Amino acid sequence: MNILNLFVLIPLVMLFALWLCRNIKQIRTVMVAGSTLLLALSVYLTIDFIALRSAGVTAPQLYCNSWSWFPSLNICYSIGVDGISVAMLLLSSIIVFTGTFASWNIKPQTKEFFLWYVLLSLGVYGFFITTDMFAMFMFYETALIPMYLLIGVWGSGKKEYSAMKLTLMLMGGSAFLLMGILGIYYGSGATTMNIHEIAQLNNIPTDIQYIFFPLTFIGFGVLGALFPFHTWSPDGHASAPTSVSMLHAGVLMKLGGYGCFRIAMYLLPQAANDLAWIFIILTTISVVYGALSAISQTDLKYINAYSSVSHCGLVLFAILMMTQTSCTGAILQMLSHGLMTALFFALIGMIYGRTHTRDIRQMQGLMKIMPFLAVGYVIAGLANLGLPGFSGFIAEMTIFVGAFMVDDTFHRAVTIIACTSIVITAVYILRVVGKILYGEPTNEEHKKLSDATWDERFTVICLVICVAGLGIAPMWVSDLINSGVGDIITNLRP
Amino acid sequence: MIIPAEYYLILATVLFFIGVFGFFTRRNLISLLISTELMLNAVDINFAVFNAYCHPEHLEGFFFTMFGIGITAAETGVAIAIIINVFRNAKSIHIKNLRELKY
Amino acid sequence: MEFSIFILAIPILSFLILGLCGMKMPHKAAGLLGTTAIATVAILSYIAAAIYFGAGRNDEGLFPTLIPYALQWLPLGNTLSIEMGIMLDPISIMMLIVITTVSLMVHIYSLGYMKGERGFQRYYAFLSLFTFSMLGLVVATNIFQMYVFWELVGVSSYLLIGFYYTKPAAIAASKKAFIVTRFADLFFLIGILIYGYYTETFSFTPTELLLSSAATVLPTALGLMFIGGAGKSAMFPLHIWLPDAMEGPTPVSALIHAATMVVAGVYLVARMFPLFIAYAPEVLHMIAYVGAFTALYAAIVACVQTDIKRVLAFSTISQIAFMMVALGVSLSDDPHKGGLGYMASMFHLFTHAMFKGLLFLGAGAIIHAVHSNEKSHMGGLRKYMPVTHITFLIACLAIAGIPPFAGFFSKDEILAACYNYSPAMGIFMSFVAALTAFYMFRLYYLIFWGKSHYEEELALYTAGKTTHEPHKPHEAPATMTTPLIILAIITCVAGFIPFGKFISSNGHAYDIHIDAAVATTSILLAVAGIVIATIMYAKGDSKITQAINSSMKNIINAAYHRFYMDELWLFVTKKIIFNCISRPIAWFDRHIIDGAMDMLAIVTQKLGNYVRPMQSGNVQSYSVWFLGGALIIILTLIYFA
Repeated sequence: MNILNLFVLIPLVMLFALWLCRNIKQIRTVMVAGSTLLLALSVYLTIDFIALRSAGVTAPQLYCNSWSWFPSLNICYSIGVDGISVAMLLLSSIIVFTGTFASWNIKPQTKEFFLWYVLLSLGVYGFFITTDMFAMFMFYETALIPMYLLIGVWGSGKKEYSAMKLTLMLMGGSAFLLMGILGIYYGSGATTMNIHEIAQLNNIPTDIQYIFFPLTFIGFGVLGALFPFHTWSPDGHASAPTSVSMLHAGVLMKLGGYGCFRIAMYLLPQAANDLAWIFIILTTISVVYGALSAISQTDLKYINAYSSVSHCGLVLFAILMMTQTSCTGAILQMLSHGLMTALFFALIGMIYGRTHTRDIRQMQGLMKIMPFLAVGYVIAGLANLGLPGFSGFIAEMTIFVGAFMVDDTFHRAVTIIACTSIVITAVYILRVVGKILYGEPTNEEHKKLSDATWDERFTVICLVICVAGLGIAPMWVSDLINSGVGDIITNLRP
Repeated sequence: MIIPAEYYLILATVLFFIGVFGFFTRRNLISLLISTELMLNAVDINFAVFNAYCHPEHLEGFFFTMFGIGITAAETGVAIAIIINVFRNAKSIHIKNLRELKY
Repeated sequence: MEFSIFILAIPILSFLILGLCGMKMPHKAAGLLGTTAIATVAILSYIAAAIYFGAGRNDEGLFPTLIPYALQWLPLGNTLSIEMGIMLDPISIMMLIVITTVSLMVHIYSLGYMKGERGFQRYYAFLSLFTFSMLGLVVATNIFQMYVFWELVGVSSYLLIGFYYTKPAAIAASKKAFIVTRFADLFFLIGILIYGYYTETFSFTPTELLLSSAATVLPTALGLMFIGGAGKSAMFPLHIWLPDAMEGPTPVSALIHAATMVVAGVYLVARMFPLFIAYAPEVLHMIAYVGAFTALYAAIVACVQTDIKRVLAFSTISQIAFMMVALGVSLSDDPHKGGLGYMASMFHLFTHAMFKGLLFLGAGAIIHAVHSNEKSHMGGLRKYMPVTHITFLIACLAIAGIPPFAGFFSKDEILAACYNYSPAMGIFMSFVAALTAFYMFRLYYLIFWGKSHYEEELALYTAGKTTHEPHKPHEAPATMTTPLIILAIITCVAGFIPFGKFISSNGHAYDIHIDAAVATTSILLAVAGIVIATIMYAKGDSKITQAINSSMKNIINAAYHRFYMDELWLFVTKKIIFNCISRPIAWFDRHIIDGAMDMLAIVTQKLGNYVRPMQSGNVQSYSVWFLGGALIIILTLIYFA
């Protein structure tokens, strides 16, 4: 029995168990048990993976297995993980786990909410464990569709519009992606759908690469908030319920970066090298532009959504730099951004649940009213602006140092432009902190509000510990990721 | 004397296109049903005729005709039932008024 | 030296304990915990210093550089990695002493000053965090570790300036401080990136081979790093955050914004000094010019401020600029051949930390007594606050450069170095030194002499003209006066420390000798400054003062508004960045980019509406189409078959 199968089986069992549930207590039991199990599983996997690596196992993928699924098209259910996917699985488990607690009191139709929630996480886990392009695509779609219902039914504000927009834009991306995948499949001689086998064949003609690299990159890039395909993000995040925002910004947006790196760059190396400059320009715009537009937003979730655009832009920016260090930084940034935005969205959800407004002009002095949440928010803010000791700093520094290793004027210039985002980030974070947390509380209604309940505290503390843990002891994650990145980089830079 | 097959075929064709014409132009459900019946009967005639003239030693065409008549009867029964129900709900069997389930 | 890890571990532990469970502790316990922790660290630092300097020089006549701890923190590719460690050499030991001493004084002082404040425990937690970060910064083994802790001191400063988080001014000031220094840090970071890429290490001492291959870019890298240092050390035009930072509690201003954090920039340049001298002397001289201009600018502004903490803030800017100038005018790394500035700068850093800490703590005691920062609420306080008065006077004499107080010796070395560089620079800096004496004594007289605000109020009250009974100023409690006295004693004796024996630009022992000509001029100028201040301010507003004020109204007004630098920055940030860049971008995003996506959706919908009528749902029309289609197909087949 391959341990990786459990990542798909457990959510399936959870789905079945949820279906049988009769009351909220049973639902919560199933959710907590399942997500704890998944978390334990991914922690075990991480430890085991590191142990195997340090024991000298050098195969690019571990725990590999493959079952033929649809032989006439060479579609297999093949699984296997490297350092990058292990890190991503760990991230997903943490977010799913904390997201469960963040949606502790979700109403109405709790059962249906969690059903879709688990289906979404199933898609995410499946995406990270498979090494077959088609299976990946299938899990990718499995993760996207529940989002429509989760936002459309349980969201707030103009939820139908946002849900529709998000789904349509991501589906549009999927269409590009499907073309890209088929292009890669037929370009490589239509013998296999397995990523690693295609990479070893490395026989896709250059002119075909030129066509399908942009398609694949944009396909995944839409989910990775690549400028100018990022506009689903502000609306989608603003309307989504808390735990869905967490999962979406925390994990789902990482699918984009991961896919760009794993499929687009890895399988189409020639085109990636030649066409990178176009996307480098786009991602540099994402980074600076996202941060700049965050400055003048007034809705907390919009600020955070634009901040995500900026940070996820940095992920794509880093992988396009194509050095070992910058790509390690990109994966670190995925981890770090996943944890930080999850924390942010959790806190915003909790604050919104109390004040019933997300407009920063209508809140003041929350530090006095809800000290726990306010302190949490300050910590999240400081982590987001890249304070040493939190994960954001190590990720950004790794990216910048890595990006600076490419020795030509163009790359230097864009790196320096991207660096300015650290200042702009500080501006919008401190603006919010100063406006809503500090000062004397002015709104009489707000003065009566209570501080966090135990499940909210638990969510926040878990995420803070993760963010700080990654920031204080980055060596092990960095080693973990490094091993996975090396293989892809070798393919890119022969 | 043997009646030439063309006579039957012309009759069936005329009958069929009367049905088609009725189906296209009438707006009353019952009339539509009658038109459909005309078309089906035309087909039945054709089956019988071709069987009798081309393969007199076989009987499949006649069987088909029999089945066709049977199915037509059943279909008419169902259709009339639906039409009656439609009439009860919509107080009309004029298809212009039946737009509830559109779009 | 293995115990040196505790110098870092104790403050961070204290921060964690106070931060996590401080709110449940009584005030006194939290305060004592923080103070005990820092006292232990101070003692450890003194022991470290004693052992280090006691062990003597090695065969080459240098104090050895010890690295008791170094671990790889974050690997970055094949060659680069960020290390975290502890490096002990003369300047880091000196900084340890400065930081722990001032920090200890501030901790003790705050027990009295912050008594009963809401968030007392939080205050001590932040102080511990700051002490930890600052200590980490000075013992950094490489430039990246320095940057890490550089950011941490920045954030502790942010948290402490914004300590009174309900006060709008404090919120704005903390934000400004963080963002301005962050802006400067951007250049620092780019400098580090260049440095790291070309020398293939973040260490302070790359190999000669790599250095020579990187020689062409080193001036750029070092210059960018200096901009980072200029941000922290409040050099013009990045100084704007420091005066506003005075919104924080006064002991914090003493610790962070006078004695320790703001000299981080000087420390940075001193750290990189061998590289500056060897590869980028012209950048070093640029630093000198920036420093000289800042010194003059800040001194002029300090002359007209009315808020006593603002005066001290500008005096801090001016004094730090002195240190920068001293580093900048160095011509070689041999103190006998024009490298005197390095030693002078470090010496001044040391003495300045003591007397400026003293000045701020004294100012805190005064503010504590009169509940105001404005000079108009002071005057004649010498009767009411004798201890504060004497210690403040000592500090003023020290900063003015009157022997035998500490400031004289260090400033004299700086001036000697300046004259050595060029007479023009020497004369310029001497003038600024005289100005220093003038504005410090203006401050002194305004606070302690002249008409007493309290007595005037009391007279009004007894005459029945106001119903508000004035608050009588009183001497501060012992927890506050003790640190004042200790710092005053240090200020009196620190000048006699044979500083060159411990620290010099090339590491070899250097005997400080007073240059008679320079010393005489500077004393004369300082005395002249004091005399002018005495004439103008000793008896309140004299006629001369009024005459001068009215004759130079415009300049004084401009200086009072700090030559409109803040307005300029505000214009750039608020008007240009916020309104002209951010807003349009946000609009562009919502309406153009998102509009394009929405338009796609709308076009699709319109097209759908156009095609939809064909799907009428009318079986009859479907069958017409069907029949037509069938006929066409049949005819085609017949025709082609």
